[in-house]
Amino acid sequence: MYELSAAAIKEPRGGAARELIAFAVGNQEFCIDVMSVREIRGWTPATVLPHSQPFVRGVINLRGAVLPIMDLAVRLGFPPTEPKGRHVIIVAQVGSQVVGLLVDAVSDILTVTDAEILPPPDVASEMAKRFVSGLLAQDGRMVSLLSVDQVLPERERSEVQ
Amino acid sequence: MDALRQIFFQECEEQLAELETGLLEIQSGGSDPEIVNAVFRAVHSIKGGAGAFALEDLVRFAHVFETVLDEVRKGKLAASEHVLAIMLRAADVLADLVRVARDGGSVDDARIGTATDELASLSGAPAAAHGGASETEAEEEDFAFTPVAVAFPAFDEVATEPEPAVNEFTITFKPHASLYSSANEPVVLLRELERLGEMSVACDVTEVPLLTDLDAEGSYLAWTITLKTTHCEDDVRGIFEFVDGDCDLTIEGTAGVSAAGEDEIEALLRRIREEAEAPVEDAASETIAVETAVIEAAADEFSSTDEAVAAPAPVHDAKLAIVPAEPLPAAQKAEAPKADKAASGEAAQQTIRVDLDRVDRLMNLVGELVINQAMLSQRLAEAGLSRSSDFATGLDEFEQLTRDIQEGVMAIRAQPVKSVFQRMPRLVREVAAATGKKVRLVTEGEGTEVDKTVIERLADPLTHMIRNAIDHGLEKPEVRAANGKREEGLVRLSATHRSGRIVIDIADDGAGINRPRVRAIAEDKGLIPANAQLTDEEIDNLIFLPGFSTASTISDISGRGVGMDVVKRSIQALGGRVSISSRPGEGSTFTLSLPLTLAVLYGMVVTVGDQTLVVPLTSIIETLKPKPGDVHGFGGDSRVIALRNNFVPLIDVGRELGYRTQIVDPGAGVALLVESDGGAQSALLVDAIQGQRQVVIKSLEENYGRVPGIAAATILGDGRVALILDVDAVVAGARNGGLASDNLLALAG
Repeated sequence: MYELSAAAIKEPRGGAARELIAFAVGNQEFCIDVMSVREIRGWTPATVLPHSQPFVRGVINLRGAVLPIMDLAVRLGFPPTEPKGRHVIIVAQVGSQVVGLLVDAVSDILTVTDAEILPPPDVASEMAKRFVSGLLAQDGRMVSLLSVDQVLPERERSEVQ
Repeated sequence: MDALRQIFFQECEEQLAELETGLLEIQSGGSDPEIVNAVFRAVHSIKGGAGAFALEDLVRFAHVFETVLDEVRKGKLAASEHVLAIMLRAADVLADLVRVARDGGSVDDARIGTATDELASLSGAPAAAHGGASETEAEEEDFAFTPVAVAFPAFDEVATEPEPAVNEFTITFKPHASLYSSANEPVVLLRELERLGEMSVACDVTEVPLLTDLDAEGSYLAWTITLKTTHCEDDVRGIFEFVDGDCDLTIEGTAGVSAAGEDEIEALLRRIREEAEAPVEDAASETIAVETAVIEAAADEFSSTDEAVAAPAPVHDAKLAIVPAEPLPAAQKAEAPKADKAASGEAAQQTIRVDLDRVDRLMNLVGELVINQAMLSQRLAEAGLSRSSDFATGLDEFEQLTRDIQEGVMAIRAQPVKSVFQRMPRLVREVAAATGKKVRLVTEGEGTEVDKTVIERLADPLTHMIRNAIDHGLEKPEVRAANGKREEGLVRLSATHRSGRIVIDIADDGAGINRPRVRAIAEDKGLIPANAQLTDEEIDNLIFLPGFSTASTISDISGRGVGMDVVKRSIQALGGRVSISSRPGEGSTFTLSLPLTLAVLYGMVVTVGDQTLVVPLTSIIETLKPKPGDVHGFGGDSRVIALRNNFVPLIDVGRELGYRTQIVDPGAGVALLVESDGGAQSALLVDAIQGQRQVVIKSLEENYGRVPGIAAATILGDGRVALILDVDAVVAGARNGGLASDNLLALAG
């Protein structure tokens, strides 16, 4: 478990370079912008929320705040994660919300320019269409750039009852 | 300057409230001359402050208003119903002008014009838009402090004067050792001063000791400077800005041109200002003592020199205008407690303004402290220490202290509902005017205190409900007369504390809910099936359904179809309930019941499945251990429990929340008898009770969203999140075939 201090995050040079944090979910690699990551912490058991969607694991206590945990594996169409100590939670800021993303492991920090990000190919997969906004080729690996805001459950719009 | 503006507008809000309260008091028959004085003072203070900030529209209008109030005060004008109506309208315009001055935008010129004309017609004199002599006339002995404020309207005029007057200042300047140690140099300051005008300097060396006693880093010299300059005192003072607090500094204007009386006032005003601005390091108690003395002296002095001031002289104006904008808030501050005391006859209370963020931060910290303390006592219990050990006693004391601190912080956040209630008279006037109805608003229990966040979120629902009460509840005057009622309808708004909650009633003496019509509309709109069997109470509650609107013509007051369902939802979001009682022909009463705070809650900690839940204690009537013989199946999956010759539905919380699907043996669990919306009782089945505890409410919506059946979350002693049960939602969910179906609906929507 380590925290990313503000000093560790470099300003992108000339606006073109971005730093992305790469992580493994299922057997694939994904990444999100490092600027939206608040901290990375180990797995702790979550309190289940009733009637929530399957990818919502529940909520945990993050220093006094209630943090909802999304199982990215379920959200992206993989079998559910069986969380153990080695799993990590990426605490990310999405708009005004702070959420935890449960992933298998954090693998890398990538520095790329926008030109290196390829558009996602047109495939039938719902997951690819909805959650992946770009692809990166890194040393022969393929890393998908996630749009984090799509990962969250839709905020309830109509009233209960 | 921004900070000063902010203070000015904050004070304006208070003055406006005072103004309205006063006018309403007079309207309801209050004849105490102090009330008129308080009203006058309120308008006067706003005018004074507005002058300092060059808010001309505001000054002009306030002046006209003030003139009329002055007539009333002097007994030249009787405070008749007609006069008061005009003045209440004028108060509304004044409030709008203040708002515009703060937030930008504009006020309808015609409205200002009408209000101004109406006021002018009362005073029988043309509205004087200028400051000067006419304003000072308004001064009386009992408003000793207003001279500070009243001088300001002249400020603008003077500022634009082509030839500024030459002022003469006598400055005494005695540096402290700290001035030198922070690398400041009196010579530089003196040179700066010289640039402002003609200057002569005398150095006072009397304090310089013998060489043997001399401290090389001490300060022994003082200077007396006479400066003739066209600059104002602010500029002079500005030179000493960086050594403020590191020296004794007095700056006195000694212009020989003004009359002696004015001179004294000048000096006194300046002293008030200096004292008010004096750095806190100078023995605080002394400062306060001096301040009071100075202020009182000023009061006496001013009344005696009243005549002199009234004589309009350009130089005099210029002199007063030199007193810069800063002393205003300071002087008003000093004045405020006195004014309040005089106005209300209550003992003056000392108050401070604190940024809400700071209180919130404190509140959060106390919340953490409560959680931490719970963790600690849990650890202690786990360690197997006996209750009588030193640790346990120490912890008990700690717990007590924590609770005291928490209550203390809550008390800071608590505010009387007055701040919301006092917005309502204006609303009532506007709605009454728009609907052509006659309405009298009576408020009770304005002093009832509740958490600030609750108050803030109460304003909108209350506004809606009062609009509704007038628009839909009260009949037209002619209808009322025909039914043998007073033409003037009555709306009663009252607040009380009842069993740890605040209860707010909005009652009208109108026609009551027209049940056949409500029912017909609900059927029309497909909200209920045509042949539904409904009790009166159920019919009344139909008006809370989304999309229900009874107004046959859509007015801009209400009837936009967002009325009562929005009210209900916003009250529920506050953890509150709304209920109605209505009698045909006699009126309706809407009752809001709200928690006193949104920060903590007393709850019963229970186990359901492998989850820990908190049930708010306020909704629990009793707990019982169900005996197998008491529980009966009641069609399908439903069960009821026999309770003292009554059957109440038994709701398995675990199934309701989807923690388990199988039916459990009620005998193995505990039932909590709860009362929900409308007073219906139900029994909630849980597996076990862990205990009662005060918990800190944490929002689920902030990072996630609403969860059906769950009101909020909290953090327990073991550091884990526990959910707080929304009893009403669970009971309603069970009645309507499960929370899960609601959830699906929500997802589909």
